Amino acid sequence: MKYDISRRGALKAGGALVAASAIAPQLLQAQPSRGGDLRVGAGGANTSDSWDARTHSDLFMQMACMGSVFDCLTEIAADGTLVGELAESWEPGSAEGDVWIFNLRQGVTFHNGKDFGPEDVIESLQLHVAEGAKSAAKPIVEQISTMEITGPNQVTLTLKGGNAGFPTMLADYHIVMYPAGMVEDAMLNGIGTGLFKVETFDPGVRFLGSRVEGHYKDGRAGWFNSIEMIAINDGTARMNALLTGQVDAINRIDVKTESLLKANPNIEIFEVTGNQHFTFPMLTNIAPFDDVNVRKALKHSIDRQEMVDKILRGHGRVSYDNPIGPANTYFHEGLEPLTYDPDKAKFYLKQAGMDSLDVDLSASDAAFVGAVDAAQLYQATAKAANININVVQEAADGYWSNVWLKKPWSACYWSGRSTEDWTFSTAYELGVPWNDTHWNNARFQELLLLGRKEIDPDKSREIYNEMQTLISQEGGTIVPMYANYVDAASTKLAHGPDLGNVYQMDTARIGERWWMA
Amino acid sequence: MSSIFGIILRRIVLGVLTLFVVSLLIFASVNMLPGDFAQAILGQGATPEAVESIREDLGLNKHPVQRYLDWLGGIIQGDFGVSFAQANFAEYGGTSVELGGIASVADQLAPRFKNTMFLAGVSAAISVPLSVMLGILAALYSNSVFDRAINISTLSSISSPEFFLAYILILFLAVLNPIFPSLSNVYEGMTFWEKLDRTMLPALTLTLIVTAHMMRMTRAAIINLMASPYIEMARLKGTAPLMIIIRHALPNSLAPIINVIALNLAYLITGVVVVEVVFVYPGIGQLFVDSVKVRDIPIVQACCLIFAASYILLNLLADIMTILSNPRLRHPK
Repeated sequence: MKYDISRRGALKAGGALVAASAIAPQLLQAQPSRGGDLRVGAGGANTSDSWDARTHSDLFMQMACMGSVFDCLTEIAADGTLVGELAESWEPGSAEGDVWIFNLRQGVTFHNGKDFGPEDVIESLQLHVAEGAKSAAKPIVEQISTMEITGPNQVTLTLKGGNAGFPTMLADYHIVMYPAGMVEDAMLNGIGTGLFKVETFDPGVRFLGSRVEGHYKDGRAGWFNSIEMIAINDGTARMNALLTGQVDAINRIDVKTESLLKANPNIEIFEVTGNQHFTFPMLTNIAPFDDVNVRKALKHSIDRQEMVDKILRGHGRVSYDNPIGPANTYFHEGLEPLTYDPDKAKFYLKQAGMDSLDVDLSASDAAFVGAVDAAQLYQATAKAANININVVQEAADGYWSNVWLKKPWSACYWSGRSTEDWTFSTAYELGVPWNDTHWNNARFQELLLLGRKEIDPDKSREIYNEMQTLISQEGGTIVPMYANYVDAASTKLAHGPDLGNVYQMDTARIGERWWMA
Repeated sequence: MSSIFGIILRRIVLGVLTLFVVSLLIFASVNMLPGDFAQAILGQGATPEAVESIREDLGLNKHPVQRYLDWLGGIIQGDFGVSFAQANFAEYGGTSVELGGIASVADQLAPRFKNTMFLAGVSAAISVPLSVMLGILAALYSNSVFDRAINISTLSSISSPEFFLAYILILFLAVLNPIFPSLSNVYEGMTFWEKLDRTMLPALTLTLIVTAHMMRMTRAAIINLMASPYIEMARLKGTAPLMIIIRHALPNSLAPIINVIALNLAYLITGVVVVEVVFVYPGIGQLFVDSVKVRDIPIVQACCLIFAASYILLNLLADIMTILSNPRLRHPK
């Protein structure tokens, strides 16, 4: 693992990289085979981690829980399609999409020997809406009005209103299946139906799982004999661990030191553009943001490409104020570009009856890494359009309670949601608590309700394209960029042609999907 | 002999008193931290109602004096309380689950404390003999090139920030020459030698940091005595220079050396925060950082208390050893 950083070394490494990329397609097509032990250095670990999936919020537990020990009903495959995990198939029971019938996989057992059945589904779902439960998936499960066992391996869920994306929502990492009647035990010891059963779990330190013999995913996934996850929250330590070969893969590399990793021929950097996006939401019911012309002026006074280049160092993609990302099914590729154009911005200001504009923009790196720098870049480019942005640097502590949703214009981030309706109903629907722009548009709201019920894909695309156009042209949030998930792995590992882009590390399923080359 | 016990007893009482004052300081300063556990854990979802409900659950709404007394009362009975981070979410459908022991602060701290002690032990085993030896040699060849070289190298290592030393060691001993692992994740079930291998780099980093202080004190204490008449006598009777130092100078200069060693041993326990984070060593320092991040107050307080207690304890030990090594203090007039 020795390498030097001299010019010759870099050239040699570069040559090796070219060579590696030439043989890479063959490697990718190589048949996966069983064997090997995967060691992952993962950030996002906390001493508060447990097997209660309702509380999970960061990568370490996403990978350990949904990605290794537990299963959901449905799964978003690496290519973005929805496939069954513990549900074998599902179908709408009505034209409005408010009844969903799930046929469960047969012959699945939990790690303690209990058979998986419909009662487990019902009890696991009820966990999220139980009295006093603090579940991040409550808004999903709350939509269900009745749950019925309609067959030995069938569950019928009736929703309060139609929701075409409901099966996709059930792939959420919070909604994993626990054994009925022993949920407490399962949350304490980690008893699921996943490919790996818990050997050791030390919150905030380490997780070791061993491959279950005879699993329903045999032949499709689960190639490693074991998965070991080591909690490394420090970015430099993660990189060192990968460079010295103590782990095979790490998440979230520090883009500042990316060149060091690139110089090493034994390491592959893999990145995907998902739905994660950084935003500057403004309250559209407060002056001056209540004037659509002011919003348009602001949309044209930001240089989006510069943001991607300087804040994300190229690891991202320009967004035209669209909260729907490339990982969504109905992402609108053909939105009219919002270019940096001071003259256009001045024109819209004039339309609003102004010659110049003075506004405060509250930012803190709690919103996203580089938020303050991004606000200052914005300030510099907006000046040419006679817009004076006063960047107010806020404290990181209490940012989400005191600044976001409170100050007229602030910085924010969203990790994105797997369905369009879910993104919109979280932050853009009329009256929801996280509507951070107080967005209130009659046509948008009408389309939102239409799209939710629509099970026809073509009609859905039409509806969501119109909604994305509306929000891009008139909406109150500036979304300059989608931020990539940038991870790195040893070339000893191999993976399929597609990489999941819903979360980091192949949608947190590296342990299931990857294998030893 | 009884006077020694009197002195020791007095020191212990003073130590306990100090610890009490420290507990007050810890509680006050932890409570002055901006933001609280409820806000930290909820992040973007920190709506006023959610924050209020978690505060209610954890008793954060009580008066600070009441909370301090509850906490102190618990500690006196050996109960460090329940970790917020584990307790809050071990909830199942509104009713509290029978916790599997992970939630109590003591249970979370115990394995981490063991690891930190192991690291401190390894570092002490390397650094104490090394620095005393270097100190003696530096005194023996004082003002020579050897003396200067040792002084410069130890002083520059103590003056560098810990993380910098750590990265230098990683670069040379893990990346360029893979001798030791850069990742020190020790865990239950490893053999002693595996653990030792993993602990080597953090232990070496700590050694570099504490050596200068001990070595300089050894050197200074010995050189200080070298001008005394009894040393001159020894020299006149023809004793070899090294023997003079070991047989005549060292025993008389033990008191200050022991004092400095004890102080540095305390540093090996309390100063490990940065080193543990850089090497991902699962000790108290790392737990401390993780807990501060989520405002897990009971753990933060317990960590502070452990740091304070080990400092006080080792100082106490230093005092006692000084008294024992100095007959004049042993028999006060």
